[in-house]
Amino acid sequence: MPPPACAPRGMRPTVGASHSIEAARLDVRQNITMQSPTMDADVLVIGGGNAALCAALMAREAGARVLLLESAPRDWRGGNSAHTRNLRCMHDAPQDVLVDAYPEEEYWQDLLKVTGGITDEHLARLVIRHSSACRPWMRRHGVRFQPALAGTLHVARTNAFFMGGGKALVNAYYRSAQALGVQVRYDSPVDRLDIEDGQFQAAWVQGQRITAKTCVLAAGGFESNREWLREAWGQNARGEWPADNFLIRGTAFNRGVLLKHLLDDHGADRIGDPTQAHMVAIDARAPLFDGGICTRIDCVSLGVVVNREARRFYDEGEDFWPKRYAVWGRLVAQQPGQIGYSIIDSKAIGRFMPPVFPGVRADSLPELAQKLGLDETTFMQTLTDYNRACRVGRFDHTVLDDCHTENLAPPKTHWARPIDTAPFYGYALKPGVTFTYLGLQTDDTAAVRFAGRPSRNLFVAGEMMAGNVLGKGYTAGVGMSIGTAFGRIAGANAALAAKQQKAQSLQALTATEMKANHVIA
Amino acid sequence: MSSLEALQELTRDARALALGEVIPPSAAESEVARVMQICNACRYCEGFCAVFPAMTRRLEFLKADVHYLANLCHNCGACLHACQYAPPHEFAVNVPQAMARVRGQTYHDYAWPLALGQLYKRNGLTLSLALVAALTLFLALAAALKGGWGALWGVDLGANFYHLFPHNLMVGLFAPIFLFAVLALAMGVRGFWRDVKPATSGADVSDAAASEAAHDVLRLKYLDGGHGDGCNNEDDAFSLTRRRCHHLTFYGFLLCFAATSLATVYHYAFGWVAPYDLPSLPKILGAVGGACLMLGTAGLWRLNLRRHPLQGDAAQKPMDLGFIALLFLVAASGLALWLVRITPAATPALALLLCLHLGAVMALFATMPYGKFAHGIFRTAALLRHNTEKRRPNPIGPGSD
Repeated sequence: MPPPACAPRGMRPTVGASHSIEAARLDVRQNITMQSPTMDADVLVIGGGNAALCAALMAREAGARVLLLESAPRDWRGGNSAHTRNLRCMHDAPQDVLVDAYPEEEYWQDLLKVTGGITDEHLARLVIRHSSACRPWMRRHGVRFQPALAGTLHVARTNAFFMGGGKALVNAYYRSAQALGVQVRYDSPVDRLDIEDGQFQAAWVQGQRITAKTCVLAAGGFESNREWLREAWGQNARGEWPADNFLIRGTAFNRGVLLKHLLDDHGADRIGDPTQAHMVAIDARAPLFDGGICTRIDCVSLGVVVNREARRFYDEGEDFWPKRYAVWGRLVAQQPGQIGYSIIDSKAIGRFMPPVFPGVRADSLPELAQKLGLDETTFMQTLTDYNRACRVGRFDHTVLDDCHTENLAPPKTHWARPIDTAPFYGYALKPGVTFTYLGLQTDDTAAVRFAGRPSRNLFVAGEMMAGNVLGKGYTAGVGMSIGTAFGRIAGANAALAAKQQKAQSLQALTATEMKANHVIA
Repeated sequence: MSSLEALQELTRDARALALGEVIPPSAAESEVARVMQICNACRYCEGFCAVFPAMTRRLEFLKADVHYLANLCHNCGACLHACQYAPPHEFAVNVPQAMARVRGQTYHDYAWPLALGQLYKRNGLTLSLALVAALTLFLALAAALKGGWGALWGVDLGANFYHLFPHNLMVGLFAPIFLFAVLALAMGVRGFWRDVKPATSGADVSDAAASEAAHDVLRLKYLDGGHGDGCNNEDDAFSLTRRRCHHLTFYGFLLCFAATSLATVYHYAFGWVAPYDLPSLPKILGAVGGACLMLGTAGLWRLNLRRHPLQGDAAQKPMDLGFIALLFLVAASGLALWLVRITPAATPALALLLCLHLGAVMALFATMPYGKFAHGIFRTAALLRHNTEKRRPNPIGPGSD
């Protein structure tokens, strides 16, 4: 597919049929070629995923001339957003696809729990409130919602699913951006920025200098930069480099070039720990990049998980899988060889989302151990101990049931049933990184900060700042809530700053929106 | 697939059948099973259409499941453009294309008699048009034999077509072709139903299921994208154009069919002999139907040519276009006949035009059971099974015990 023919309305190209010789000389000096005409945009958006698109749309709606630079080619546009599927939404009463209520306080408590308190309550609550009011705006730009998918009823109350998933959302936003006259350029990775006294001046794309009055950074984390991951995770006590065994669930284009540049070269204020990330235990056979949702192994809570030494290492039945899957990536990362094996028996078949690759199948447990390459004696000891410790009550994997183990370390606190019914299945698990949390510190205006002072014209959104809210852990759909909230406020403020006006807070945006929604309703 | 491969596949299947073995899946069927395995682990597209909810009731995709799902698919394209695993991703998931290939296979696998299905598969558009030409020529020659070459040009038919082809001759030509088409389609869908019913709960169709399926068919529910914005064509944008053009085509065809049926009743029950003029009911139905059919098929032709190359099976374009062209030709020649008949300056062309119209109608009926027309029959059957199956408890229980 060819890149969209961009004919933005109300924009003034600096290179065109009628431009003057002086302008042409200037163009040459600025290394701008005739083949890639550019413009002096008001707002430059760097990135091409959900947060970037939200920013571009908001800035354009506010009347700014917007240029969006996506580092990936057209086919791979959208970054990790193309792999997402829902938005975690606060709501006080049933709302179209959302059942019951999910009040602010409950949302906040969920976030507090998964992050273990490593969050910014002010920003988190702003994100939460924004999630209750933003969907009419999303709909106006073509995003459609559907009820929770089969097998995801745990989140029917809390999460609004995008019809067709994140790529459909990304497509809708690009269509809307094009219709509104946002200029989009693919294959345009930005290597560095010119920043003076905390003020954005220009961005460099493969030797081309692009100026704009203001800029929004929404170029993702550094999860696809395997060297950086290796360095961040370092070497463990076993002498392993754990990150060498990680798979990347998302895009191959989030190499963290600008994040590193901002932190190292410009001394932007930082937030978060480089080893913290959204990490899931995924099928070890998944591709290195872009495995997405379907490589998840959802049967962990229905069986046991052993490590390379055939021993269990964590309570598989601690909580519902959607609340636990993001813990298991890290757990597996801490095991020898960064590998685990989810073991189930035929009782579990049909009770979890079917995995993309068939499991290793065996008619007996010793045979399964052999096929998985695990020490048979230790494996049988682990399974026998577990089976003996099971106290089966009334099994129901849709509630925190009373099936548990006694006198077993680590225990399995729910859904503990003996693994005794052939055929048996095993799935090898590896850590799958979705996105990293190291980012730029920001405030409720989405401004990038230098030595504690907000930049007047440089803003940040999405994975590049998600660490402000998510210090660690994850709960489904919150990444898109953060990206949408900060993408929108960053875009709105970039447009204001381009007109020399004062930035507004996310709180103000949500308040205005709630009022507008109320009027429409 | 080359004809040699197709032949080898048929031979293999025949041997397997004779030996009582399970017939191995074809390459197209294996591809659907592979793709469905990936989709079943993702499920993002569940809201678009009936295929994905039907998929979540299965963990394995055997031959009958694949045939059923392929015929449920309307090739709306929504799941292709929304797919995070679509090419260039290494998983290369393309549901509409995989489904279209199997669908094409079902049209000829279930064709009755089989040999005719194979014939049409080769080149639908050329075959359709060649058939129209041959039949037109045949009719023209027949008329010329009877009345001399003068019978074909400028002869005054007195605005009565029966002067050229007597009524009983027309009935004698059309009734067998029409009845054969109905029989062949019925035999084809019977085979399909036999295979698919056990794989879709085995339950009989209830009144409620039948009425919902009828609603799905008549409103083309699954061309609305699940959100009402429509389906995809050139790119990821949604549009209702295809749904509307299909409605024009389908209802236009029905109106023309109703006009012919009513005219038959007029002829036999009341002795009112054609031609009929405005404001008679057959004329109104035929004129409106013909106009709708022309508009609808012109739109579908344009959409078909502009469709994204990955959406659907390019190898089937000749079949699609052949059917669209035939329908258009039938409508256009039918309307032209009327216009020529009431325009004195043009009447010399009447006899030849009549030959063309009758040739086109004959070609349409003759190719009906072996081409694109079959999609309506097979898809209706699949929707009946879907609406029946979905009323049963889901055999796969990520729910409670």
